[in-house]
Amino acid sequence: MKRLVVAVSTLAALTASAAAPGKPDPKQIARGKYLVTIGGCNDCHTPWKKTPEGVAWDMDRMLSGHPDTLPMPAAPLNAEPWGLAFGNTMTAFSGPWGTSFSRNLTPDPETGLGAWTERDFIATIRNGRHLGRGRPLLPPMPWFNYREATDDDLRAIFAYLRSIPAVKNRVPDPRPPAAAPATASAETR
Amino acid sequence: MLALLVLVGARPAPGKPQREAPPRLADTGLYVDPGARTLTPGIRTWTPQYPLWTDGATKRRWILLPPGRSVDASDPDAWIFPVGTRLWKEFSFDGRRVETRYMERGADGSWLYATYRWTADGSEAVLAPATGVPAAVRLAGGSAHDLPSTGDCEACHAAGRTPVLGFSALQLSPDRDPLAPHREEPSADAVDLVSAVRTAMVRRLPRALLEKPPRIEASSDLARAALGYLHGNCSSCHDLRGELASVGLDLVQRVVPREGTGPGSTAVAVPSRWQPAGAPEPLLRITPRQPERSALLHRLSSRAPADQMPPIGTHLVDDSAVQLVRSWIATLESSTRVSAPLVER
Repeated sequence: MKRLVVAVSTLAALTASAAAPGKPDPKQIARGKYLVTIGGCNDCHTPWKKTPEGVAWDMDRMLSGHPDTLPMPAAPLNAEPWGLAFGNTMTAFSGPWGTSFSRNLTPDPETGLGAWTERDFIATIRNGRHLGRGRPLLPPMPWFNYREATDDDLRAIFAYLRSIPAVKNRVPDPRPPAAAPATASAETR
Repeated sequence: MLALLVLVGARPAPGKPQREAPPRLADTGLYVDPGARTLTPGIRTWTPQYPLWTDGATKRRWILLPPGRSVDASDPDAWIFPVGTRLWKEFSFDGRRVETRYMERGADGSWLYATYRWTADGSEAVLAPATGVPAAVRLAGGSAHDLPSTGDCEACHAAGRTPVLGFSALQLSPDRDPLAPHREEPSADAVDLVSAVRTAMVRRLPRALLEKPPRIEASSDLARAALGYLHGNCSSCHDLRGELASVGLDLVQRVVPREGTGPGSTAVAVPSRWQPAGAPEPLLRITPRQPERSALLHRLSSRAPADQMPPIGTHLVDDSAVQLVRSWIATLESSTRVSAPLVER
């Protein structure tokens, strides 16, 4: 009987631990950090800075996207057959899709993912659209690779992103191509 | 990781498979005689009063409920469809059938989404890939029509309280809006709210909505039409009770009033998070009397992929809608009550 009570108590404790609402799970966060690292998220979402040793990630701005302190002029895309341009920070990209800026993935509530739910994040990656339903995610974001991740892996990534320092940084909206071919109106039909 | 070769328009396989759809439209139960295109007995057609803009496509719609089953309208703004419900929507351009979309509610309550692409000779329609088909049909003027992926289907249909769009109390109301853009005249055999209740397709609808059918109560006929257009084209996502509630934009016209909802509370004079590049000053979602300073109108008028609204299902600006919404915004006073909530009577 005593053994049964101990077993039930242990099970209850484990269940309570796993299901505790709002409490970050260190193992899940560690898994998320691992996935973010091997998934190369910092490559585009953490801006580069110049150092005496060369360029390096600016970890004060880790995963906070294109710096709002760095307005970008139109990219010089007139050197055919070269058709892509990257900003020095590796957070601004221009090509046939227009100009895209890597987003702020930190938990800042106004400019990052602070107001997002786990469900919003998973829908975004699964559907390749902002919040799962809005504008398309733009190159070079390889969402179509990440969409194959399991729900558990995507949850872990989101948990990690919620655990990192919030950085207030309002990333500019993407810009359409200079001569957008898809802006024809019904009158032209 | 940089995927430099990936351009907009590439649509890889979806990550989460759904139930398997029948391989041909003829297998979905639409026709009792596919060769003669004779509809299965019991199938009903309907015409929503505020149709979705799909670049000028002509549409036909059908619904089939399982025998003896009804739609539960006890929440007049979120009807519940019985297991086994099937719906179809056929899209034609220039008189040629292009695709027929299909929805079916399964035994587990989940919805299956599929689209069937008509062959060039129009003899049959076969299941399109779940990834969709970009530019499946070239349209006059150089644009193209995409067949949606299942993810695209879910983006709109799984965003709100009910996955069935366009078959609702307001859309079926016999008090139809004469100024609705692209309004279609219902055929003589089309079901409306009154006949749906009379034939027991729909049950538990509050009686008041039959005695006085739903109607958008707005400050003018122009406002009624504009609000109806936004309801028909935008409210599947922009719904404070839906998946995108966190965006805080509500373009739903409800037949049961809810305080603090609707365009008047969530769009008019509300700051916009979206801003066009180079704007001299921040836009509001809707700036009374100033259409050019209204983010909603900018996005409705754009077909740049990152800016356009709706973001799915259209490559051509709906000029008549833009004109309507622009005119409506120009008439708004900052103190204008945009829309009286529809009252259950």
